[in-house]
Amino acid sequence: MTKTAIDLPPKGGFSFDLCRRNAFLESQGAKMPKFRKTGTTIVGLVFKDGVILGADTRATEGEIVCDKNCEKIHYLAPNIYCCGAGTAADTENVTDMVSSQLELHRYATSRESRVVTALTMLKSHLFGYQGKVSAALVLGGVDVTGPHLHAVYPHGSTDTLPFATMGSGSLAAMAVFESRFKEGMTKEQGIEVVCAAICAGIFNDLGSGSNVDLCVITKGGKEYLRNYQQPNPRSYTHSKGYHFTTILSSKIRSLRNHVRVVEGDAMEEE
Amino acid sequence: MEPMAGGWMSAAHSMGTTILAVEYDEGVILGADSRTTTGVYVANRASDKITQLTDNVYICRSGSAADTQVVSDYVRYFLNQHTIQLGKEATVKTAANLVKELAYQNKSFLQAGMIVAGWDKYDGGSVYGIPLGGTLLRLPFSSGGSGSSYLYGFLDQAWRPNMSKDEAERFVVKSIALAIARDGASGGVVRTVTVNAHGVERNFFAGDKLPLFHEEISPGRNPLLA
Repeated sequence: MTKTAIDLPPKGGFSFDLCRRNAFLESQGAKMPKFRKTGTTIVGLVFKDGVILGADTRATEGEIVCDKNCEKIHYLAPNIYCCGAGTAADTENVTDMVSSQLELHRYATSRESRVVTALTMLKSHLFGYQGKVSAALVLGGVDVTGPHLHAVYPHGSTDTLPFATMGSGSLAAMAVFESRFKEGMTKEQGIEVVCAAICAGIFNDLGSGSNVDLCVITKGGKEYLRNYQQPNPRSYTHSKGYHFTTILSSKIRSLRNHVRVVEGDAMEEE
Repeated sequence: MEPMAGGWMSAAHSMGTTILAVEYDEGVILGADSRTTTGVYVANRASDKITQLTDNVYICRSGSAADTQVVSDYVRYFLNQHTIQLGKEATVKTAANLVKELAYQNKSFLQAGMIVAGWDKYDGGSVYGIPLGGTLLRLPFSSGGSGSSYLYGFLDQAWRPNMSKDEAERFVVKSIALAIARDGASGGVVRTVTVNAHGVERNFFAGDKLPLFHEEISPGRNPLLA
């Protein structure tokens, strides 16, 4: 009697069909694609009137720089911003999620969001995933209780500090902070120290590079200074621009005239 | 030279630590160092490992920073509710038992060694040690963390019951300083919290205020200050 195998349709959920093939290919030497990480130098410091957050702008996929000017300072609330290091998808999504939760919380309480609220939401989410959500954050903001700065780690622990650095360039940045930080600096002094710290990361850490982004948050409001410093300009530009081909002729054919509606309704046209 | 590539970044944030709590004649004194490490990098050189649970009960945390922070947060929340429902101040024994319950029931997920200490009117000053598996042990003094290994002999020899407050504080500071001297994962400053019938007092001993031991050189001028 022949054995018949009945092909049942898949019940749903993850299909493991390709796992064996992937494992085989890996054993033959093919490389799995790498996660996009923000190698990163991110810093924060508390100054006289509030907090200053700083970040570099390089995103890496393994050894390749996949984005030379990405944004690592994420919006959480009008008075709270968060720098993210680690896997870019994780930092983006966890900050977006907490930002939505904070907005709903603002509607429910009719009050400005507090930094400790954002901190608790982030820490409980990250702890629940036991470090698998690879997001290391520097969270800063000013609320009714004053300026706050926190470092949040992927396993869900937090530190409250007057100055903090995270990411692969954090050692370089911390060296600058330990040497130049003072309590109660003015905004100009604070910006100078933050830029120096990010530049230390940009020039001495391979995972960080390109430009310096800043965000200054005070009781009065915030200043998002995108690309405040650009210490790595493109050095090979040609003043007249580059022309790689000359255009010989051009012909534009509209495809819309070839469509005849035979049956049914025509699509709405804007 | 290979870039660090964030390998140490994904190491769990742990508190190498030395923590200690002792009973003295009027209450308890809790002491801890202030170093939090991620692998071999000192992530925070001035952390506060002595956390408040209620007005009269404090907890020293060692092990995984995330685990102990979450446990303390839960217990603080439970004790808050309990105090409202009870109508009286919570006892140290209750606080310690709540911590033990979380530590024991989740033993396979947690890496947390904690010491709960405080003062209440029924038992006076009490110290409860809650090491890794979730045991609850009431003791006259208890130590924990990686630096505590270097203190067992010293504590056994030097601890006496009914010390005065100054004596007991000097005892705690000396112990933590001894552990910092020998344990790489402990360092920074020594923080102490004294809890008795009159209330709570926090103290802070920077590096230059700590006693010096065999072959240690006095700190001299701080190069970071102008």
